[in-house]
Amino acid sequence: MSNGQNGAELRLVTPGMAIGPSAGIRVGSGALAQNDTIIATRLGWVKEFNNTVSVDPINSAYMPRSGDLIVATVAEVRNNLWFMNINGPFQGLLPMSLAPWKVEFGAARQHMGIGDVVLARVQEVDECHNVVLTMKGVGLRRLTQGSLHSVPINHLDRLRGEGNATLQRLRDACDCRIIVGENGKVWVDGDAEGTAWARQAFDLVRNSGHKDTFEADLTALEKNTPKNGDA
Amino acid sequence: MGGYGDVQLLRDDGLRLDGRKLDEMRPVSIEAGILPAADGSAMVTHGLNVAVAAVYGPMEAHPRKIQRQDRAVIDVRYNMAPFSTGDRIRPGYNRRSREISKVTAEALESVVLVERFPRSKIRVEIEILAAEAGTRCAGITAAAVALADAGIPMRDLIVGVASGKVEDIVVLDLDKAEDNYGQADLPVGILPNTGEIAFLQMDGDLSPDEYNLAMEYNFKAAAEIHEIMVDALKRRYEGGEK
Repeated sequence: MSNGQNGAELRLVTPGMAIGPSAGIRVGSGALAQNDTIIATRLGWVKEFNNTVSVDPINSAYMPRSGDLIVATVAEVRNNLWFMNINGPFQGLLPMSLAPWKVEFGAARQHMGIGDVVLARVQEVDECHNVVLTMKGVGLRRLTQGSLHSVPINHLDRLRGEGNATLQRLRDACDCRIIVGENGKVWVDGDAEGTAWARQAFDLVRNSGHKDTFEADLTALEKNTPKNGDA
Repeated sequence: MGGYGDVQLLRDDGLRLDGRKLDEMRPVSIEAGILPAADGSAMVTHGLNVAVAAVYGPMEAHPRKIQRQDRAVIDVRYNMAPFSTGDRIRPGYNRRSREISKVTAEALESVVLVERFPRSKIRVEIEILAAEAGTRCAGITAAAVALADAGIPMRDLIVGVASGKVEDIVVLDLDKAEDNYGQADLPVGILPNTGEIAFLQMDGDLSPDEYNLAMEYNFKAAAEIHEIMVDALKRRYEGGEK
């Protein structure tokens, strides 16, 4: 089934497409076994590793896991908690006991209102997909300036690069502070030119992140950074 | 002849009025990922039909009363644009669009792995920009491509196709005249990889033999459309080898 290097097979499959026989092979994410055959359930690239076949999806929704650092937006405010949009199928819940401030009952609105953006961490995800967030921790805070952008979840690795190398290149190129949330939300804080350039870079990740020309395209974009005066 | 009046729907040489054979489909083209704001989208051109589908989510289901604790709900809105036909259509929901939205949602629920996203909602918007019979089938096909484009896990791509009967003869993929003046219409949603049927409606009467022939035509057409769907999805991400 596999013909790729490092256990990876470069084959694009669509939902329902047969990947191969299921005998003796474990079924990973994005695939299921049906009538002795492994079929893809998602549009993506087939991967075989450690005798497990899975599909690396081209698009996917953010599924929260505890410990994730995310950029979330306030969606609803109650007396003692905030419901946060975490860019996933479920809203996150931020109770006042896990906020970084001393919040009196009924005073939640005085600290954060609808549309405010925070850097938070996923504290807990239970079996019913209830998501509890926390803002208690080093660096977790309300993000009061800058702009919010989106990048597909499955392209976050491309955006970060090996050991955050690509992300650091972007930071250096646009001279902005960039925070990448695991939920695909990216916070950029810097001057207008730098932010505009960063936005082009995110568009590149969104449109070409799955292509093997991505590195070349990014290098070309780096020649037009605000520092070079062409942005 | 049957149907309404004496409208001739087959030529003397046995072909249909638009020159197609009895088992020939109208030309189909599909493009995936046409709407940047949607999580997934597709446009299907099937003959003179143009259907655009956009998928948003999975997202928190609102109002909360529609939430299901063990699965996602699929919220489909099928709508024909006022300019989609020669006579202007009154904008907004009507009985027909409500019915098509419901059957489309039920068809899609049978292929989408809804149990992966409990308490959430997947919103599917189907907009018919041009109509010439068979819009529900074009809409379902567009929705299936848009769902795959959005990365929603599915058991299979669902293909909408229709056959019918005109002048006592079974034909594949009715056009407007055949739909209006024909004797029967049999739209189905087919899962091409497994051969399962996700939805089936029938308007008019077909004998068992006619029904079997119509389904044979439908399965043949579904296989052809499925190839076009797969090609559209692959084309969108061509050159995409990491």
